[in-house]
Amino acid sequence: MKKLIAAGAATLFATFAPMGASFAFEAGNTECIAPANAGGGWDFTCRQVGKALYDLKIVPSPVQVTNLAGGGGGVAFAEVVAKRNGDDSLIVAASSATTTRLAQGAFPGASRDQVRWLGTIGADYGVIAVAKDSPVETLADLFEAVKENPSAVSFAGGSAVGGWDHLKVLVAAKAAGIEDARSIKYVAFEGGGEAVTQLLGGHVQAFSGDISETKGFVDSGDLKVLAVLAEERLPGEFGKFPTAKEQGIDAVGANWRGFYAPGGMSDEAYDFWVDAIKTTYESEEWKAVMEANGLMPLAEFGDDFNAFVSGEIANTEALSREIGILQ
Amino acid sequence: MDILASLGDGFAVALTWQNLGLALIGCFLGTIIGALPGLGPANGVAILIPLAFTLGLPATPALILLTSVYFGAMYGGRISSILLNIPGDEPAMMTTLDGYPMTQKGQAGEALALSGVASFVGAFFATWGLVFLAPQLVKVALLFGPAEYFALFTLAFATLGGIAARSQAKAVIAAALGLAIAMVGVDHQTGVPRLTFGEIHLYEGIHFLIAIVGLFAISEVFLFLEHPNGSAPGDARAKLNRLTAPLPMLKKTTGSMARGTVIGFLSGVLPGAGASLGSFVAYTLEKRLKDKEGTFGKGDPRGVAAPEAGNNAAAGGALVPMLALGVPGSGTTAVLLAMLMALNITPGPLLFTQQPEVVWGLIAALFIGNVMLLLLNVPMVGLFVRVLQVPAKYLMPAVAMVSFVGIYGLSGSTFDLLVMIIFGVGGYLLRKLDVPLVPVILGILLGNEMEKNLRRALTISDGDLSILWGSPIAITIWVLAILGFVAPLLVGRILRAKKSAIVAP
Repeated sequence: MKKLIAAGAATLFATFAPMGASFAFEAGNTECIAPANAGGGWDFTCRQVGKALYDLKIVPSPVQVTNLAGGGGGVAFAEVVAKRNGDDSLIVAASSATTTRLAQGAFPGASRDQVRWLGTIGADYGVIAVAKDSPVETLADLFEAVKENPSAVSFAGGSAVGGWDHLKVLVAAKAAGIEDARSIKYVAFEGGGEAVTQLLGGHVQAFSGDISETKGFVDSGDLKVLAVLAEERLPGEFGKFPTAKEQGIDAVGANWRGFYAPGGMSDEAYDFWVDAIKTTYESEEWKAVMEANGLMPLAEFGDDFNAFVSGEIANTEALSREIGILQ
Repeated sequence: MDILASLGDGFAVALTWQNLGLALIGCFLGTIIGALPGLGPANGVAILIPLAFTLGLPATPALILLTSVYFGAMYGGRISSILLNIPGDEPAMMTTLDGYPMTQKGQAGEALALSGVASFVGAFFATWGLVFLAPQLVKVALLFGPAEYFALFTLAFATLGGIAARSQAKAVIAAALGLAIAMVGVDHQTGVPRLTFGEIHLYEGIHFLIAIVGLFAISEVFLFLEHPNGSAPGDARAKLNRLTAPLPMLKKTTGSMARGTVIGFLSGVLPGAGASLGSFVAYTLEKRLKDKEGTFGKGDPRGVAAPEAGNNAAAGGALVPMLALGVPGSGTTAVLLAMLMALNITPGPLLFTQQPEVVWGLIAALFIGNVMLLLLNVPMVGLFVRVLQVPAKYLMPAVAMVSFVGIYGLSGSTFDLLVMIIFGVGGYLLRKLDVPLVPVILGILLGNEMEKNLRRALTISDGDLSILWGSPIAITIWVLAILGFVAPLLVGRILRAKKSAIVAP
């Protein structure tokens, strides 16, 4: 019955939509491309935001999610640039992984200005952690140990070398005064869970990941979070973890989630979608989704988001050159 | 007996008409998805996640639906392996080795019934293992670091000679081909693309499902095109007589099932190993132990029972690290994990204490699903074998169609379809040259993992090779690997010596 009412309301709303909307662009059948298989983070972004957009009556019909996997998002990026450039009803899920790969030239022939960046819907902040029985107590201790003997500390993470989990360690190490980024030992595993397992098994000494990956192990007391790489303490139960900043190590690492749109999208449609993402982000419904999934606040929209993406790409590029991922 | 009480609570949660209905639907859909080449358990679960969300199911019923699909697909994978020599999914690959020869001998009904029972045994005891051993096994999984995993994969390759019925050299060549294919894609450790020729579609490597469907299914279609009037898979239909497994056959294979279950379960528990390794080692071990008369590869029922028990036990084993550590042991559990997260359930060390109703409800659902699958599968044998009565001229186009749809559904990429056809041509040529196809897939499946773990180990040790045999577990595995490699050579020599000694006088 609820569904019926919702459907009825949606139809009603669709009829009167032109009156309420202040945009020259009118949303029709919207498509969201998730550049990965079902079940991953990008798929989650598309499905949850797509659902919220429809529930909030920003779009008249349910958002269709298309999974276009391959090349770490590169296949979808190339497809959007080459074939869907003028599509006003298309949004594409993106995250830090997208900008990292753009910065490292992992999407051949692609650059960030080929698409229009819409906005973020939240972020997963980076953490650096050790096992509960480790003698290390603070982030500074850990990097002291690295300075003394770099080969004695292996960092495990869920992304490839040069990927997000690796870059976070490097950002923090730099801020802690370690000059040679190449001296940091990073071991890449398949996903944060596997990396934590290796830490608990004593095969590596430290873990770099996102806060959502560590929750279960922190609650059970197996993991000791040394620092959260956020500007300030996180809301809710995560507030008990110190930030790197308050320990005197000025490092921030947020794995944002958000969207881009085709480069040839009209200004009217672009404005509409920026506003749509922003409205979704600020809604109560979305706050519930964020809380349920460990997503933390990070709000960048439109031009701000564009500048944010440029900054991320420039930083990643510089770091990647230093560790030799980019020549 | 806390555990049994908890399990009782679990059954109380799971035994509602709605949940039983979901389990039935899940088992049925899973079996079909598993049987279709190109669609494996991971796709099956991924396809049904939106359905679970749309229905607005709470956590436990959603999990019951999806794990039924998972187990159903593990059951179903064997059907096309046995009937058509085309594995429905990657762990069912080993079942082709003796399953299809049984079909050729007119024993398709027996093979299906036997493998159904073996699947049940594997999954049933693995679920008990999950109930009683999960906490202890998690500790074992933690002991496995990169060096131990590397040794484990070496063990798999060392026993590879065991699967080739005729020429060991051809098996090695096939494995080397597989390893080469595994190298395609962006190198995980340095970000350098290898063998991609600037083609973005190759950056993530070649998905093993594309390789399996191409090598097995498409090449089968090519073989048919070569002899369109031949009676390719259907030549056994006239001799088809039984639809159940005879009791002596079940008795004879009891040991095989038991060994397959233990090996499969253990490799399922190790997050880096998985169901394919489980069924593979179960088969090669069985062959090493029991193949006295050289009947393996020619339709020996034990060669069907062991890997089927193994891969279904692995499916149960893979739930241990997923639930207790939040680490997926296979592609399917990775999808299930994402599903759990979306339902606001955080798998990990505290899941068993914080949300016992979810865990025990799930475990109870596994038991229910298992019994349901057995009941569903045994009578359906008769239905499945009818596939053989479909003339090849209708069956083969259907196989081609299902393959194309399945692979396109995987990624939505036409490029993958081209790769699949290339693999089909390659598979056709390899078959003509009498090179076994299974080692190619094993090379693809295990090669990447083996390389990654070697490089991880060496990164940790700063290039010091001694880390590879730095723990008792690693040393044990190395000893087994060396034995597995050397023993057949020695045993073969002794046997030959004996034979000539008998012949001599």
